[in-house]
Amino acid sequence: MNSLLLVRERTQDAPARRQGLDAESQAWIDGLQATGVERARALDRLHDLLLRAARAEAHRRRRLYPEIVGVELDDLCRQAADDAVVAVTSKLDEYRGASRFTTWAYAFAIFEVSVRLRRHAWGRGRIPTADDDATWDRLAERAGTAGAQVESAEFFSALRRAITEELTVRQRQVFVAVALNDVEIDVVADQLSSTRGAIYKVLHDARTKLRRRLEREGHLDQERAR
Amino acid sequence: MTDSDLTTRLLGTAGEDAGCEETFARLAEYVEGELSGREMAKLLPAVAEHLRRCPACIEDYRGLVELVRARNT
Repeated sequence: MNSLLLVRERTQDAPARRQGLDAESQAWIDGLQATGVERARALDRLHDLLLRAARAEAHRRRRLYPEIVGVELDDLCRQAADDAVVAVTSKLDEYRGASRFTTWAYAFAIFEVSVRLRRHAWGRGRIPTADDDATWDRLAERAGTAGAQVESAEFFSALRRAITEELTVRQRQVFVAVALNDVEIDVVADQLSSTRGAIYKVLHDARTKLRRRLEREGHLDQERAR
Repeated sequence: MTDSDLTTRLLGTAGEDAGCEETFARLAEYVEGELSGREMAKLLPAVAEHLRRCPACIEDYRGLVELVRARNT
């Protein structure tokens, strides 16, 4: 577990006490900011905690990823726990005591295992990058089943034009994958060597541009377009 | 899927959105607050908006709620 060894060897700054922390959370902080054996024990306890959290989360999501089971699943959970320990210890200064320490730490385990499950399930397939006719036909079919207005040829035609004319290459790539083809954002982040947050921001900016363009052309009301 | 659902899925909605990173940074506080009966959607509206929009983050939120509930029982 190389990442944990690195964490163990990292020199920590002097502990900063947080105001109003519950005793259990303070004990976690004290242990993780200690040195030597005390710190090693705290790291082991943290790893156990986050491994249990990762396994619980993987179990909760089992219906979404039924093909990932057994040793393969446990390996993903262990990797997630390893990386969550690294993330928790490297961001310890950001913990301000707004929640219990274990709640704060759980979030890292959940994030790490969710990213791994999504990427693993996607496999080595490439994300769709073309907004081809088949993609638009599929969308029109979905809308059509509910008798919706939005699927009108005029709307889709305007949206397709806006994607081509308003978006940067990166925005188009992300919008086509996530919005048009339902690719998980973590998968796109992985394939574009980025992060969930950065890809979401690209998607957000793309959507804003598209809404404004469609509003200008009279395809959306102003409230939606802002 | 209604026209509104489809438009939202494709184009999102207006309104302040905290984004994935800020939401993650406040997630533990948000979940504990909700479980203790505080109206976190009013206290942290941009986080609530993000959770409505981002399928990845809302799923992480659900996982955290479940873990904290299990720990607290």
